[in-house]
Amino acid sequence: MRTRILGIASGAGIAVALYFALIYAPTEQTMGVLQRVFYFHLPQAILSYIAAFMVGFGSLMYLATRDLKWDRFAYCNAELGVLFTATTLITGMIWGRLAWNTWWAGDARTNLELILGLLYVGYLMLRGYLPEREKRARLSTVFGFLAVLDVPINYGAIYWWDTQHPKPVLGPRGGGADPDIKLAIYVSLITFTIVYAWLLTKRLGVARIEDEVGELEAAVETA
Amino acid sequence: MAPETLALDSKEIGKKFGYSYAVRNVSLQVRRGEFVVLFGSNGAGKTTFLKVAATLMRPTSGTLAVEGFDIGSQPEEARRRIGFLSHNTFVYRDLSPLDNLKFFCRLYGVKDSEERLLGILERVDLKARATEPVRAFSRGMQQRVGIARALLHDPSLILLDEPYTGLDARAAQTLNGILDEAVAAGKTVVLTTHDLDQGLRAATRAIILDRGTVVLDSPARGPGIREAYTRYIHQGDGR
Amino acid sequence: MKPVAAIVFKDIAIEYKNKEAFSSMVLFGLLVVVVFSFAFEGSDRKALAPGMLWVAYSFAGILGLNRSLSMETDNDCLQGLLLSPMSRGDLYLGKVGGNLAFTMLAELVILPFFVILNNLAFDTSLIWIAGITLLGTLGFVAIGTTLSLISAQTRMKEVMLPVLQIPMTFPVILSAVQATSLVMSGDSSGVAFPLSLLGIFSTVYITASYFVFEYIVEE
Repeated sequence: MRTRILGIASGAGIAVALYFALIYAPTEQTMGVLQRVFYFHLPQAILSYIAAFMVGFGSLMYLATRDLKWDRFAYCNAELGVLFTATTLITGMIWGRLAWNTWWAGDARTNLELILGLLYVGYLMLRGYLPEREKRARLSTVFGFLAVLDVPINYGAIYWWDTQHPKPVLGPRGGGADPDIKLAIYVSLITFTIVYAWLLTKRLGVARIEDEVGELEAAVETA
Repeated sequence: MAPETLALDSKEIGKKFGYSYAVRNVSLQVRRGEFVVLFGSNGAGKTTFLKVAATLMRPTSGTLAVEGFDIGSQPEEARRRIGFLSHNTFVYRDLSPLDNLKFFCRLYGVKDSEERLLGILERVDLKARATEPVRAFSRGMQQRVGIARALLHDPSLILLDEPYTGLDARAAQTLNGILDEAVAAGKTVVLTTHDLDQGLRAATRAIILDRGTVVLDSPARGPGIREAYTRYIHQGDGR
Repeated sequence: MKPVAAIVFKDIAIEYKNKEAFSSMVLFGLLVVVVFSFAFEGSDRKALAPGMLWVAYSFAGILGLNRSLSMETDNDCLQGLLLSPMSRGDLYLGKVGGNLAFTMLAELVILPFFVILNNLAFDTSLIWIAGITLLGTLGFVAIGTTLSLISAQTRMKEVMLPVLQIPMTFPVILSAVQATSLVMSGDSSGVAFPLSLLGIFSTVYITASYFVFEYIVEE
């Protein structure tokens, strides 16, 4: 039921957000129509980081309680993390190519996003090679926790590196203090958060069923 | 009268690996000086239980105390009193038996005098090759180094997981001699094995595990052990 | 002798006897340095050199971590360590100490070759570089020891380690390269930030690993 509400809200939200992003918001002065990709790019970027903290939180909770529901929480968020990191990078690259003819900006933000993506992929790959359920949960949550600790450290390192190697800012930019633009950004942010929540709920449901099936299979085997 | 300290006191120990239980609700009290033999087919949970007792694995549920020390809250004290031997010897093949023993002495905080260690190596018939790298040894000899390692800190509870696997007759004899001495000195032994006769040789108590639970717990000379053994230990179906 | 020190000395003793880790690390590191110096022939060597050095160190370091781990998985020796009264965190510290020792040693052997092949000067900047190497290696080995024990338990075994290690040590490599580059160009003033970042990384990961190590090794 909850999933359905979220699903409908997501669908509606996307329609509304598209309206706001493409029609309502005024065309930005300096960057033109292309700037509109920012309405998608920013929320995706923010959510890719929120996913990381959810992975870290879920991992810690699993280690504390050994309840598999927290492990499921951690890895479902990691999957969404990969998704949102990928779309962030892709929207960034589309913008960069169309606006400045460069695929890869190579600035702090982009590099940070890429490393985050690699950490998510590493986490999921680790899980992929751990067939036994308990070991999979235990080892990947330890890695998840350690990887999330890396995010703020990476932030410090990469942003400082940038001060040493100043580059022209090539990523899609917000566009200033125009209230209409701000509104469009907020609408988009809320929409994407709802979409995230919807995807997470659905994914968690599937994950729970997978574990239940595993339990049933094990019970049948030992009977 | 004050309750005597049990060598091993497990209460409803359960161990779950992911979805299935390897050990389920095992409550066992082993008094000091007992020689317990644990039988069970593959997958019955003997190795898992022993590893939980040795603190190599964390139980999913239940509590276990070794010589009065709970393995959850005082694992270091428990480990000091446990000697564990498996078919893997846990010794470093690039080092000599003497260097291996010295290292383990430092880990356990016991005196690493060469005199004492050579004495131990003599007991396992390896004094002559005390300074050669273990890599050059035969399986039986390596296992004898493993025996020395397991016992060098004078543990009061000796846990052995299928120790006779791959042992030559001489090494098996040495092991039996050492176990007999240990029991005579008041130590407690818990041994798992597939071999009924070998297990019953010196045991005072026999326990059979099947699918993670205790199905038989009787004195070693008691009636019905052979039937129970045949009934529960399925030959070759790998369960 | 305390158990942690005992493990460090044991690792060094075994390494001294068979020299497997050390020789493969040095050889591999040298190969990377040589290949890079050919590949970048003619381009701005000085600018690329620090990156080259740390790539060589990273690859050699991963080799070392894997060898240190196989020392413990051979004959299940890790179980022997787990049976002893020492805490799992202390076990971790012992392995970090051993790894740090022979990784540093290999890196210090690679360094002069690096200097020669890139026509750099043998001057005081090398002392700085050695110091940066120490701090960078500490961070690398701190997280690497933990990750090597995680990867060892997967189906892919040692092959999993680089997948996890390389993104995780990104800030270490970045800071170490930048600090080395600053020192090589003669400007040691900006070195404080990367060095403190390396320090923070090491502190965070040694502490975190100390406490979570038991979850990795105890089933």
